[in-house]
Formats: sequence, C-alpha cells, structure tokens
Amino acid sequence: MEPALISPASTVLFGIPAKLIYILIPLVGIGVFAYIIGRRLAPLLKATPDERFNRIPERIKSVLKIWLVQWRHPRYMLAGIVHIFLFAGFLILGARSTQLVFIGFVDGFELPGLGGAFGDFYNILKDYAATWVLVAVVIAAVRRGIFKPARYAVPPQYGREHTWEALLVLGLIATLVITESLFEASLVAAQIQKGLHTDFTAPLTLVWLFKHLLRSTSLSALQGLHSVTYFIHEITFFFFLCFLPMGKHFHVITSIFNVFFMRLDRGNVKPVRYGVADDKLDDLESFGVKVFEDFTWKHMLDFYTCADCGRCSDRCPANAVSRPLSPRFISIKGRDYAFKHYPWIGSNGGESKPLLDDIYSEDEIWSCTTCGACEQECPLGIEYIDKIVDLRRGMVEDGIVPQSLQKPLGALEKRGNPWGKMERKRIDWTKELSDDCPVKILEKKETADTLYFVDSISSFDDRMQKIAQATARILNAAGIDFGILGKAEKDSGHEVRRFGEEMLFQDLKDHNTDAILDSGVKMIVTADPHAYNALKKEYRDLPPVEHISQTILRNVKTGKIRLKPAEDTDKAYVYHDPCYLGRHNSLYDDPRDAIDTIPGLKRIEMEGNCRDRSFCCGGGGLMLFYEPEEEQRMGVLRVEMAKQAGANVIVTACPFCLVNIEDAIKVAGLEGGMDAIDLCELIAEHLDTKKT
Amino acid sequence: MEILVCVKRVPDTAENEIEVNSDGSDIERDDLVYSVNEWDNYAVEEAIQMVDKVGGSVTVVSVGDEDAEEVVRREMAMGGDNGILLSDDTFQGSDGKGIATLLKAAVEKGKYDLILTGAQADDGAGQVGGMLAAMLDVPYASVVNFIEILDDTKLKVGREIEGGNQELNEIDLPCVLSIQTGINEPRYVGIRGIRKVASVEIPVWGASDLGIAADSVGGTGAQVKRLDYFVPELGEGAEILEGSMEEVAEKLIELLKAKGGIK
Repeated sequence: MEPALISPASTVLFGIPAKLIYILIPLVGIGVFAYIIGRRLAPLLKATPDERFNRIPERIKSVLKIWLVQWRHPRYMLAGIVHIFLFAGFLILGARSTQLVFIGFVDGFELPGLGGAFGDFYNILKDYAATWVLVAVVIAAVRRGIFKPARYAVPPQYGREHTWEALLVLGLIATLVITESLFEASLVAAQIQKGLHTDFTAPLTLVWLFKHLLRSTSLSALQGLHSVTYFIHEITFFFFLCFLPMGKHFHVITSIFNVFFMRLDRGNVKPVRYGVADDKLDDLESFGVKVFEDFTWKHMLDFYTCADCGRCSDRCPANAVSRPLSPRFISIKGRDYAFKHYPWIGSNGGESKPLLDDIYSEDEIWSCTTCGACEQECPLGIEYIDKIVDLRRGMVEDGIVPQSLQKPLGALEKRGNPWGKMERKRIDWTKELSDDCPVKILEKKETADTLYFVDSISSFDDRMQKIAQATARILNAAGIDFGILGKAEKDSGHEVRRFGEEMLFQDLKDHNTDAILDSGVKMIVTADPHAYNALKKEYRDLPPVEHISQTILRNVKTGKIRLKPAEDTDKAYVYHDPCYLGRHNSLYDDPRDAIDTIPGLKRIEMEGNCRDRSFCCGGGGLMLFYEPEEEQRMGVLRVEMAKQAGANVIVTACPFCLVNIEDAIKVAGLEGGMDAIDLCELIAEHLDTKKT
Repeated sequence: MEILVCVKRVPDTAENEIEVNSDGSDIERDDLVYSVNEWDNYAVEEAIQMVDKVGGSVTVVSVGDEDAEEVVRREMAMGGDNGILLSDDTFQGSDGKGIATLLKAAVEKGKYDLILTGAQADDGAGQVGGMLAAMLDVPYASVVNFIEILDDTKLKVGREIEGGNQELNEIDLPCVLSIQTGINEPRYVGIRGIRKVASVEIPVWGASDLGIAADSVGGTGAQVKRLDYFVPELGEGAEILEGSMEEVAEKLIELLKAKGGIK
C-alpha cells in the first residue's frame, strides 16, 4: 500500500537521502551526551568513598516509592501534581521518542513489545500523555513566569535567578510534544484526504486537535509539515538530551540513581570516613570536608541532582529566621563549583582550594540545627546533615570554631558537660525529691533493672531538673526498678558529634558505654530525645533504649500507671514534635497517645506544621550556646504557630525544646496566654497515687 | 621571626567552684580542672598568626610541675612549633621575680626576636612580663591589643588605655609584650589536635640546665611571701542575693526600683 506521505527515512534532503542525516543526528547526539556525562563523572571519581551498594531491596523500594510513584511530590500540591504529570508523560513518551529516532532510518519501525493490541493501547496513551504534558508545561510556565512562587526567588547573596533555564526547558518540552503530534496528525490528515485507512485518533488529544485543524490543508503542505516537524523533533530531542547535564535539569537523568543511593536511616551521622573504624580514626590524615574532593561521591551526585525546587529551604527553620543558611544553595553552590572546576569542555580546574570563604561561609555551616526538615522534604533524596557535619569536622580540625562554642566544648572535655559544672553535682536534682521517690545511684555499687540516662541539661539546668524529677516520679509510679549513673554519666555527646568534634564524641561515647555496661542494667530509658538518638543510633552494644513516652504509654495500658482527669478542661494542649523524636526516630504517635491517656484533656494539632513537618524550636545541645545571626528566634515562630492553632499549652518531650519554647513565649510577649510543659511534667502532675 | 610565648597552667575559673582551704594557705585543689591561662592563649594565637605572615617559629614555655606539660602540649597542638617546660623541685614557691628569673634564663638559651606573655593570669599578679623585660634590658609594652610588623627591627603596637581609649606605639625588637584578650580570636584545639602532638618530645629544663642558683628562685629565693588567703567578710551595705536565677533577677529589679536606679 502506498503511504499517504513520504516517510522521513525515504525523504531526500538537499539532494542526499535523509536517512543518512537521521542516522548522523542520534550518533552525534548520543556521542556528545556520553562525552558530557563522562566529564560530569570526573569529580565523582576523585571523591571520598561512600557505602551505597548495600541493602539493595530497600533501595529498590525507595526508587519505586520516591522516584516512580513520586511519593513526596504532593506535599506541595499544585507543583507536585504538575510534576507527576510531567514525569509520567516523560516515562510514557520516552518509548515514543526512541521509536521516532529509529523511524528516521527504518520505515515503520516499532519497538519490541509495542506492536499489536498493546501497541494500539500505547498509541492512545502516548497521545494523551503528550497532551497532558503540554497542559502541565503551560501551567508550570504560568507559575514560573507570572505567579512566581516565593520559594523560587534567589536572594541576591546567592546569585541570579534561574527562571530562564526553567522557561527554556519548558519551551523544549512543548516543542517536543507539539512536533510529535503534528508529525502524526499531518499523516492522518493526508490519509483521510486520500481516503486511506487511518488508525483511531483518541479524542481531545493534540493529534486529534491538529488532525481537525489540518483537514483542508493541501497534501504538499502536509508533506512539508510531516518532514519539518520530524526534523525539528529530532534536533530538539538530542539538544535537550545534551542540555540536561548543564543545569538543574540534570535531575532528569540522575534522579533515579540519587534516589537509589539515598539515605536509608534517619538520625544517624555518616562516619568520618567510610571503611575506617572508630578506633582507626587517629590514622586519618584529614577530617571532614575542606576541599570539594573531600565530599563523598553520593554527596557530589546530590549536587548534580538538585532540581532547585526550593522545598528544603521553604521548610528550613534557619532560613525562616534569616540565618545565613539556605539548604537549597548548599546544593546549588556545590553544583556550580563542580561545573566550574570540572567543566564539560576544557581542562579540569587545577589545585583544589578550601570551600570555606569560597562558596560556603562559617556562619552558614554553623547555622544548621540538624533538624532534618530539608531531607524529609526533598523529592530527590538529597542529604544535608552529613554534609554540614562533614564541613564542621573540617572546620574543627582547622580550629575554626566560634568562641561561643569553644567554652562549652572545653567544658565537655574537662567536666563532661557544657557548663563546666562539677561532676558530683550531676545528682543534685534528686535532692528535691521526697523520700517516697527514691533514685538509686548506680555508680555507688547499687544495681537496678533500668537505667535512667538523664544527660546534661536535665541534670544541671535549674528549670530542666524538673523534667528529671518528673521522670523519676513516673518511673517510681510504674514500679520500675531504676537508677542513674550519677557522676559516672557524661554528656551523651549527641551535639558534640553534630558540631564536628568527632574525637571528643568518641571519648564521651566510650566513657558512657563503659559506665552503662558496668552498671549491669537490662534496659535504658531517657526523657531527652537527643540522648535517646545518640544511645540508640550511635552507641554500640547497649541494652535496649526507649524514650519515656513509650514507657508511659506501656505502663498506662497495663494499668501500672493511673492518671487523674485533667483539671482544666478549657485549655487546648498542642504537642510539638521534637526533631530527634519525630523526624529522626518516627516517634510521632507514642507521645500523643501518652498525652491522650489523661482523661478529659483537650489536645489539638498545629495542622500543616506537625509530625514530620514539625518546625525546629531552635536546636539543642551546643546550639544553645551558639550565637547566630538571625532576625528572630525559631522558637518565636513556633510559638506563633501554636497560637495560630488556638493552643494555650505547648507540650514538648525534649528539654531543649522546653528551653527554647519557654524563652520564645517571653520574647513573643505571650506570657500569661501560653504555657509550655514537658510531657513528663504533664504526666507526673496527673499521676493518681491513691492506693486502690 | 622567632617568638617565645610564656604560658601558665591555671585552674579554670569558668569550670570550677573556687573555695579557700581550711588553713587559708591556698584554694581547694582536689576537684579542680586546669587549662591554659586565657590571656596566654591569645598570645600564642597572635604569635602563630605573625609567623604565618612573615615566617619563623613559635616556642611555648611554661614554668611548673610535670602537669604543666599538658598546657605546653595544648599550645603546640594549636600551632606552636616547639615547647619547653621549666621544672625543678627547687622552682616551687617562686614569686613573680623568681618566675621572671627562670624565664630570663630560658630566653638567653635561645635567640628570640619577640617575647609574648599574657597581660595577667587568672591566679596571678600581672607582674612577670614587665620584670622579664627589665631583666633582659629590652623594651616592654603592656596590655597590647594590636600588633603590626613594620620591619625586621620594629613593631607597631596598640595598647588599651583606661576608659576604652587606644594608644599606638612603635617599639624596637627584641622586646617583651604582654597581650590583652580580644587581640584575636584564638583557634579551637580539639582532641584530635592534642593527640597529634601527644608523642612530641618536650624538653624539661631544671636549675642546672638554666644555670641558675637553686636558692635564687623557689620558696627560698622568694622575697614576696603569701600570708593569708581568704574570702573577705561581708562589709557594710553589701548584700548577696540568693535563690534561683529568676528570683535573684526579680529581687535585683525590685532593689533597683526601690533605690531609684530604674523607673
């Protein structure tokens, strides 16, 4: 049967068979693309090691959930839905684009598996895909060009806007779907005019629309359109392919790999160097990240993968209070560094120079509270905490530590707590407890089943000692045989590690581990989420660790703890998720359920800012000592969120949150209208101690 | 430039509760933690920064018992090139002049363009720097908070004057400068840094190494002797507020209001 129009493979262009040109275009395109990718891989080959080829089933699960199903995208509803349509369209049209490349030199080419009935279905699907992609492109362009959501703005200190790149790429995508549809529609229109058989055209698709528009166009014009759209499609396709690795659209290629290799655990911090055991750290020549090549290859891949969507910074508490940190630009600046020093064309740029004072600043790196909101949000599995910690490790080794942090670090080294208080005063909080609330001191040769690991702030801080006292009362009420380490306890070192002083952390960890194992306890409980996270994720070979909220809940359920009804039922309580309980340890429900065990207590939520979207109070541990540049306190924003939700009492489950929130209530001028209380205090107040 | 920095190991005032012992001869030292005297730390940092600019080396010296080695080592971890410990049983109980005599002897065993001390020590009298300069017969500037190297023979130094005023001087090398805090931001010394210099040999010089007559220093040579050590009696009109931080602050505000200090 005579085709209605001459196919691309049979066309003659400028006197030469188009076939040759259509073989040449993909060869050149793929060649250039492979070369660019090779150049882009150059820094990754010089990077430090990373362990990401393990736990393959979990990694495949990440790819299916976060990459294929785009799990995190609807957290930003409109942008997320638009992206899901674009992404699905890309996946579907990928096969069509591949087929088109071959059609340039093989008439009527069909990809294996795309013939027959499935082929018919696919043809309908891809026509709808092309159509919704164009709609999505229009919506995206209108958002970018006209509505300009605030999170895409580039503050002057971080360079220029990338809107042009976004619009160019949207233009390229539009060109691809329009030319593909016109290429097909022109053929169908010609077939109709010649009275030949036509395939079914799905209604309301671009092809369907163009078919109708081209109904009365002359055959020669249709032939021209058919040939020209094919040519434009091929050129655009390969230009697009080679343009992807030039900027933020590199994620189109790297995302599947980045998600496959993404962080599987939460709350942990990467080792100083993968493959080097803790007791071999002294042999390492250098600690942390000082030059670009000190990053691991995964962290470099993160830089390449950042799509500049701004979600991390939109949820970053440091960014929200105008500290000089925006996680998005940690990535963008890293990527720009890689592009500049490892360009796709020309020679790689010489000696590596320190990143500090080049692309990153000291205050920027110290501003992070490691709350994890950025990583929770990133739809591409980009990591920030480990990068920040590694940069801090480099700074600590070079002595670049603000004076405000040197004092507490020195005190931690000498006294095992950041205030430099005497070791023997670690038990002073127990003195205010009544006789019916005994606390064993395990360091004095007493034994107990359970260790209550108090940690520094609840041991020494006047206000936070009340949390320790409440915890002791709860443990006694539950009939738990427990004790504390007393002066044998040192700071858990949770923030010491996160502030980059790895060796001090190792010393504290070794000391506490020995003390805990010597005490012979079978179980550890703590009311400090930072200690909980350290003991659970960073210490080794300890008895099981639980947070007090879990202890409370279990003992209320078994009836060992009985609670009185709430006295003030008019008050609305709201629970603030501490970062190291919620995001880093997924303990969202236990503290809430524990609060709800108090009969008659009214609890509300800070909708949109709770659970894994909780907003950091300002940071714990050493962050209490750091003096950041900021326009206001994170805690103040948090307290305002609680007020907005209609709460009168903020319940936390972390002593650091309580410090920050109580301060913030005063700063925000909400004294009298808003209270803060720790979960342990709330439960202890409601303990029903009447004997039954 | 060859720079010698004199450092002292002192009880850390921020991390101790200082109490006078029962017979009033000294403070309770059982539960104390020690560190390098804060002013000396600034002096070492300044010396390191100067050597970074113009080359040379930094030597850190301390007078004390074997425990004083830890502060010499810490300052070497900071970036000092050499360390010397002046230690001998006969040095114990030295007064300021005795310490200066020992340091002078150490200075004369080397060849230094510049000698730095802290402006004072947490537990000291701020006297050693000046005495050392006089004994060496070199110029001296105290409470220095700014140094600029003019050439091989001269420095420009700034001094803090009472009332927040600043004075600028030119001083000939070699000289002794006593350094005020705030002249720089001393770098952090981490556990790793200290471990790196853990095995570096620090020479210990005694009386014979320094060529000093044992009876000219130490308790026997001291011409200033401590008679007593005590917390002053609460005087007329003095009141110590007690209670938690909030309570103290509240009482203070009340008092200030009552006396017309604030309205």
